Amino acid sequence: MDILNKLFTNIYDAINAFLNGLIGGFGLTADAVSAIVAAVMGLLVGTAVLLFGVGVVLTLIWLERKVAARVQDRVGPNRVGPFGLIQPVADTVKMFIKEDIVPTNADGLVHLLAPVIALAPAVLAFVVVPFGQGMAPADLNIGVLWIISVSSIGTIGLFMAGYGSNNKFALLGGMRAVAQAISYEVPQVLTIVPIILLAGSMSLVTIVQKQSAIWYVFLPVGLIAFVVYYISALAEVNRTPFDLPEGESEIVAGHHTEYSGMKFGLFYLAEYFNFFIVCTVATTLFLGGWQGPFLPSWLWFILKTYGLIILGMWIRMTIPRFRVDQLMKFAWQVLVPISLVNIILTALLLVFFKTG
Amino acid sequence: MLDRYGIVAIFALLAVIFPAVPLLLSWVIRPKKPNQSKRATYECGLEFEDFPEEAQNVWVQFRVQYYLFALIFVVFDVEVVYLYPWAVAYSALGLFALVEMIVFLGILLLALAYAWRNGLLEWT
Amino acid sequence: MLTSQFLTYVAFFVLAAITLIGGFMAVTLRNIFRAALGLVLSFMGVAGIYFLLEAEFVAIVQIIIYIGAIAVLILFAIMLTRGLMSSATTSLNGQWMGAAFIGVLMFAILFFVVITTQWPLAAAQTVGDLIPKLGAELVTTYLLPFEAVSLLLLAALVGAIVIARE
Repeated sequence: MDILNKLFTNIYDAINAFLNGLIGGFGLTADAVSAIVAAVMGLLVGTAVLLFGVGVVLTLIWLERKVAARVQDRVGPNRVGPFGLIQPVADTVKMFIKEDIVPTNADGLVHLLAPVIALAPAVLAFVVVPFGQGMAPADLNIGVLWIISVSSIGTIGLFMAGYGSNNKFALLGGMRAVAQAISYEVPQVLTIVPIILLAGSMSLVTIVQKQSAIWYVFLPVGLIAFVVYYISALAEVNRTPFDLPEGESEIVAGHHTEYSGMKFGLFYLAEYFNFFIVCTVATTLFLGGWQGPFLPSWLWFILKTYGLIILGMWIRMTIPRFRVDQLMKFAWQVLVPISLVNIILTALLLVFFKTG
Repeated sequence: MLDRYGIVAIFALLAVIFPAVPLLLSWVIRPKKPNQSKRATYECGLEFEDFPEEAQNVWVQFRVQYYLFALIFVVFDVEVVYLYPWAVAYSALGLFALVEMIVFLGILLLALAYAWRNGLLEWT
Repeated sequence: MLTSQFLTYVAFFVLAAITLIGGFMAVTLRNIFRAALGLVLSFMGVAGIYFLLEAEFVAIVQIIIYIGAIAVLILFAIMLTRGLMSSATTSLNGQWMGAAFIGVLMFAILFFVVITTQWPLAAAQTVGDLIPKLGAELVTTYLLPFEAVSLLLLAALVGAIVIARE
């Protein structure tokens, strides 16, 4: 059991020791050796995390279709490979070989950079995610704020897609997406504050460790915070029922109307990355992260995250799209007041339990 | 600094490389046969070129509400970042920290109530 | 020279270059949307420099407030102006001579201050997690400014709403 639990950290240590031996043999100063080893290890960790992320996205594409099919009483993909499992790979190949069409009047450079700016924050957010015990790429003391701040860069990418395409559907979709993202960022940020109050730290690793006794979702204030977080996270990543920015019955495909080929593929990847990240953050903050009996820590983490992802897919298939006025009203008149009151409640309860 | 943020810098590098690789790869293998109608701006069911000159301007006049929501968002965002260090330090502080934060949040709620009463939180 | 020190210098020059290029784009580009993107790039470079100075919280606030909120506000304002795509407005107007003079003067003053100040280098050696300290200072030493900030923001919100509704 212990071997499985420490599988990845042991692999890390082994490669680290090997590199230290290898590069140490060149007769450089100890300082230079440790810097080079750290850089190589960083690149390896980053690549491993990204490959894992791509693998997750491939499973999510398949899972999304299968869940949708189950809900709608269909079979779903079943031609490419057993149970249609190779379908995402076929989709990826298709993305690669499709022609890239840029409208004549578009701002070419902005059009090209928009998907890059949309995807880059998702990559950066992975830095602080604790995938298992001792498996966070970096344990920053500003962990939670790091994820919030880098994901706020993504809105610039939406603006760029809307403007760069020179298409009114893209423009409308981009503007809607940004308005929605900023409106739901406020409750999302506010609802994390009770968790910081309980844990007394912003480091995601510390927050998980503090939940060894009880997951925060089982506390009344934690439950409220979790529900608010999950709803605003779904809105933040533009998933149905909050998919107004790309409501196909109104504005074609929103900000990626004019995108095709790999550029569209990057937007698609970014969307799933963001969905995965908000679910990992919810797991870390409310569901005890890697904590759990019997199974290895990283397996617990994956299981909890996938549970939240499947819940999100289920919601997507069940609830119809909001109207824009309902959407804005819900964020500002329901979620924000609830989370403000929840902060005060948590602070009061903490004082009460400390003295009483 | 570098011991903690070195890996962040590496991830920042990867954040640029990671989208660039598939873009370059697909640039190599994909067909490149643009023509005029392919490159036309997308429009529902109509040829964009058939539009009269003034309708070809895709620029839409946006409602001022977008800007007002962004303004409210900036105010809330600034206040929220003050809450985080307070929340981290809270357990080590006394009752006064609670009282002060209730005053702070009270003023925030006042701002919300003002915007609410003026109908700014509604999308009409 | 120590490796980590060398890398810090490299990081500083890269970030400074990003900041300056972004700022230059913001000032010189004809297309107002692209100019705003240059400003975002400049904000990112500044955030990176804050990280390098171990002011993590300030860096994060720089990203959340300046890129996540102020830049979005600027871009919304640009979107509200009509006919942006066609217009290639000139970046110079009649006041450029005065602006250039004040700019050079500001630079001279700052340059003078930077080279004549005795920087307390030893005090810059910080240790540990500073965020709890920051939080504690906010509600003790800097209590009055802290509460004044919330009143100021309330006033700003009310003022902005009143102006925007006219």
